[in-house]
Order: sequence, then structure tokens, then C-alpha cells
Amino acid sequence: MVPFAVQAAAGLLVLVIVAFLLGNLVRNLTAAGLLLSWSWLDNPAGFDLAESSIPFSASQPYWLALLAGLVNTLKVVVVGLVGATLLGTVVGSAAFSTNGLLKRVARSYVELVRNIPLLLQLVFWYFVVFLALPNGADAIQLPGIVLAKSGLYLGWFGEGWQWQLPHLQEGVWQAPLRLTVEFGALLTGLVVYTAAFIAEVVRGGIAAVPQGQWEAARSLGFSPLVTLRRIVMPQALRVIVPGLNSQYISLAKNSSLAVACGYTDLYSVAETTLNQTGRAVEVVVLLLGSYLVIDLLISALMNGLNAAVQLKDR
Amino acid sequence: MVGFRRLAAVLPVLTSLALVGCASDGGGVQSQKIATIKGRGTLVCGVDGKLPGFSFVKPDGSYSGLDVDVCKAVAAALFGDPAKVDYRDLNSSERFAALASGEVDLLSRNTTLTLSRDASGGNGLSFAPTTFYDGQGVMVPASSGIQSLKDLAGKPICVESGTTTELNLADRMREINAPYTPLKFQTGDQTYAAYLQGRCVAVTSDRSQLAAKRTSFPIPAAHTLLPDVLSKEPLTPATVNADPAWADAVRWTIYSLMQAEELGITQANVTAKVAEAKANPNLADLRRFLGVEGDFGKQLGLPPDFVVKAISAVGNYGEVFERNVGSGSKLNLERGLNRQWKEGGLIYSPPFR
Repeated sequence: MVPFAVQAAAGLLVLVIVAFLLGNLVRNLTAAGLLLSWSWLDNPAGFDLAESSIPFSASQPYWLALLAGLVNTLKVVVVGLVGATLLGTVVGSAAFSTNGLLKRVARSYVELVRNIPLLLQLVFWYFVVFLALPNGADAIQLPGIVLAKSGLYLGWFGEGWQWQLPHLQEGVWQAPLRLTVEFGALLTGLVVYTAAFIAEVVRGGIAAVPQGQWEAARSLGFSPLVTLRRIVMPQALRVIVPGLNSQYISLAKNSSLAVACGYTDLYSVAETTLNQTGRAVEVVVLLLGSYLVIDLLISALMNGLNAAVQLKDR
Repeated sequence: MVGFRRLAAVLPVLTSLALVGCASDGGGVQSQKIATIKGRGTLVCGVDGKLPGFSFVKPDGSYSGLDVDVCKAVAAALFGDPAKVDYRDLNSSERFAALASGEVDLLSRNTTLTLSRDASGGNGLSFAPTTFYDGQGVMVPASSGIQSLKDLAGKPICVESGTTTELNLADRMREINAPYTPLKFQTGDQTYAAYLQGRCVAVTSDRSQLAAKRTSFPIPAAHTLLPDVLSKEPLTPATVNADPAWADAVRWTIYSLMQAEELGITQANVTAKVAEAKANPNLADLRRFLGVEGDFGKQLGLPPDFVVKAISAVGNYGEVFERNVGSGSKLNLERGLNRQWKEGGLIYSPPFR
């Protein structure tokens, strides 16, 4: 009875403090003329976006601009998750390779990448690597593919399902499919950085599978690759998946560093919006909400996956 | 982390609003801000910090520039000492939150005066007199062959996010019906780095800023300004709306530099002018302006001789201009619109009466 009373009192105290702070916040926001309002979302944005997966122009409202930013964020997060998982799994498994060189390369990669701040890496990828690409007619050209300073251009079906190749028009490359260097630099940075952490999670998961499993598989005549895929990985996944979850969430949050390399993500659009409308509190609330929802979604999916790979009683 | 800087800048506002009770003082001449600054002993001034001519850190670590001289003049008016300033480097997107949260007392950071920034329903700033009348321009590599805005159709243009420049560019390009790609960066450094790396064929900003940045490029002569002027950019120091008395003190300190130029009072002759005013009771205008008689200082919550202190610290407006951005500087900008009104410019101080 006593512990319950103590807990109830503590809970009540927390509630009172929160209510006091919230009440004060609202009162002071009202006094400062900053009370939350959302009608500005319908006003024309008046700024253009460098890239958008949904049709957008400056005369369209703020909410559409923010939505375009959100879609861009999701784009880089989804592609980044897939890329980081693939690269991380390969590097993590390589730690168990019998090939000494491969093993050392994998270790050095992990140690190098995870000990340098991500922001520095993004600036490096964008300003040093991607912006050093040649431009215009000097761009790297392969059949159907052009890699220039402004982005990666791919041949694809254009209007009326006509096959179109990348072509130079007044010094600017045009192609039906295009990825900008800003997207490329952010994606590369996120994938390379997150993969190093995922590699460690994968390595830990594989190491957790008893050595006897490998030996038993070998005695049954399985090749090392088949052993890894059929016997070790299914058991290792139980350890790997919970660890992956936090890496995935980190990747989603780190995507907001896109401003460092000029990519038009949600954060970048929100910042422009904030400066033009002065609605700091509302914009920050929207930002917080969006990243929270993205991360909770990733968490929910990973928890589902986690439940699927756990041992089941049959 | 850059990504959370915005948040970091806004959170203190929320926290302070949440923690501070319903403190409402009755208004009047007494300024909470001036009391705070005097208690602290230094003026905290938000500047750019990376813009030659306006605010720039010299190799010895000291700040210089037109925007910096405004801070110095206000500090001199308050304390009699232009050195009592703490400078905070702010980027375009941090500046308003820093001012609103009280992190800086005065924003003297090549900020354009606009309706939405001034209005209580917008950013809610209180603007001082404009210290530099500018216009937005576009810089391109001299070798690019680009002659006007129309030539930029379909091309990427670098712009700093959170600036009026970004909006003006969108408006002008829409007017001439030229689609373009705006590449936005959070800091000026990133914007100009991307331009110099050749990611954009043009970079747009205030013409004075472009001219200033160009002086620090590897080969300044390889870049030219297009003749197009995209907008009016009155660059103006600002304070928060909430403290009108503090805003007045800043406003009239800046006006005093402009008035001093009109009256021919300079850093060199200000002491002589004070002596002259003291000796001759008939020079009523001059006596009031220099605080020899009357109570202008007291009305503003400043010392009686604040005008003398400000002029002794930085000189009159013309001297400040020429030293930092005019003929006495690398920028070598024309006075242009920034001449005194008697010479056809826009620099006009209301009467000190």
C-alpha cells in the first residue's frame, strides 16, 4: 500500500509540473502573439525546390512544399536502408572470411568510417568527391549512362514510351531518369556510415552462433557460403534484428544532415518555410512529429520482423 | 550537428517561455533590456562574422566591418567603451531565433527590412534605421558568357537558404518565365564553395555581399556581376519588438552617426566640436546634439553624451562607410544610394529635437 501511495504521489507531482509548464507556455506564447496557428500552411510557398518527386512550383502552398520535402526524405531513407543493409551484411560477414585480405579490408573500413563524424563525411562526399566530377561535354559517358557534376543521368522511356538517351542541351544534361549529386552524396554518406555500424551488429550476431554449428555443417558437407545462408544466418538474425532497429532509426534521423550537401529534404524545406513565415513553433512541431512518425514506423516494422525470426515452439 | 541547430535555437525560446512566469512590466521609459545589458556589462551583438566589409574576423581575432561598427557605436553609447561587445556569429536561419530568445541583444547582420519580418504576426522584429541600401545581384564566372537573367533559364543557381534572396530569385525567374534549379545551402560558406566548385552557373545574393565575397575568391577577376538588380535590399539592424525603449536607444544611436556626417562632425574633430559647443551658448542645435544641454540621453535611457561617445568610437556614418566598404577598403563600393540626402542619397536622420 505504501509503495503505491509513494508512486501515486510522485506521478501526481510530475503531472502538476508538466501542467504548470504547459500552462505557462501557452500563456506566454499567447502574450507574445505566438499562439499556434496553422492557416499559413495554405499560403503560396513562393520558393522553388531543387528536386521534387511530386509536381511542385512556387505558386503552390507551403503544405505541398513540406510534403515534397517529406517524400524526398523518405526516398533517401528507404534507398539508404536497403543499401546500408546490403553493404553492412557483406562487410560484417567478411569478418569471418578465410581470406585474410578481405577480413583486414572489412575491419579497416569499419574502424575508419565509424570514427569520423557523419557531417564531415557528408561534406567530404559532396564537396570533395561528387563536385570534382567533370561537367557538360567532359562528363563520364557510358552507353545510356552519364555521370556529370550535376548528377547521374540514365536512359529510360520518356514521353509516349519512346526510349530516350541522356543528351546535352545548351550545356545542361537532360534525361528521363536523373539522380542529383546532392542525393548521391547524401545517400553515399548515409550508406557508408550506417553500413559500418550494421557490419558490427552482423558480426556480433554471427559470432553469437556457437562454433559447433559451423563444424557440424562442414561435417555434413555444406560449403561455407551455404552454411552461412542456411544454418548460421537464421540463428544469427535473432541477435541481429534488435540491433539493426536502432541503426535504421539513426539513419532516418541522420538524413536531416542533408542541408550539409544541399539536398532538398524535409528539414531543408522546413527551414526555408520557418524563415519565411516566422512560425517557428509550428514548423518545429511539424518537424518533430514527422521524424517521430518515421522512426516509430521503422520500429514497428522491425519489431514485426523481430517476432518473425525468433524461435517458435512448434 | 547542423541538423539540430535550428531546434537548438528554438528550444531555449520555448523553455524560457515555459519557465518564466507571467512577468509583465508596466512599460514606460524603463527598459528591461538596457538594465540587463548594463548589469551584464557587455552588449551581445549578432553578426555574420564571415562577410568582409560588414563583419569579419581579422587575423588577430578582432571583428571589423560596417555591421560591427554599429555594435561598437551602441556599446560606446551605453558604456562609453566600444570594446564592450560580445560578438555572436549567426547564419541566416539562426538569426531571428537568436534575437527572439534573447541570446543576442542586437542583430547587426546584413538583414533586409521586410514587412513580414517587421510585423508582429511575422518575425516580430523592431528595425533600426537602414545602414546600407543594397539590391540583389547575380554573380557568374566571367568565362560563362551569361549576360542576363534570361541566360540562366534551365540552369542551377546557388542561394543561401532562409534569405529574402531565395524568394526574390523565385519571383524574378517566374516573371521572365525561366525555369531554374535553386540549390540551397545553409551557410554562405557552403553556398560559395558549391559555386566555386562549378555546381551552379551562378550565385545570387545582395550585390554588396557578392562584391565582398569576391575579394576572398582565388581569382576575383574571373567573376562578374550581372547588370540585373533583382530587388531592394535595405540592410538594417534589428532588436525585438517587446522592448520599444531599447529599440529607440539603438535607433537614435545610429541616427546620431548619420546626423554627425550631415553636421560635419568626425571622429577627429568631435572633441573640438564639444569644446566649441560648451564655449558658445548660441549653438543650441549643436549643444543639444552633443548632450551639452537638454536631456536627450536621459529620455532614451542613455548617458547624456552618448552621441559624443558613439562618434569618438567609430566616426560618423560616412567615415564608417568609407573605412569598411568604400574607398578605404578592398570592396571599393560607391556610396550610391548610401549618400547623405543632401547629396541625393537616402541617408537621412530625423531632427534631434
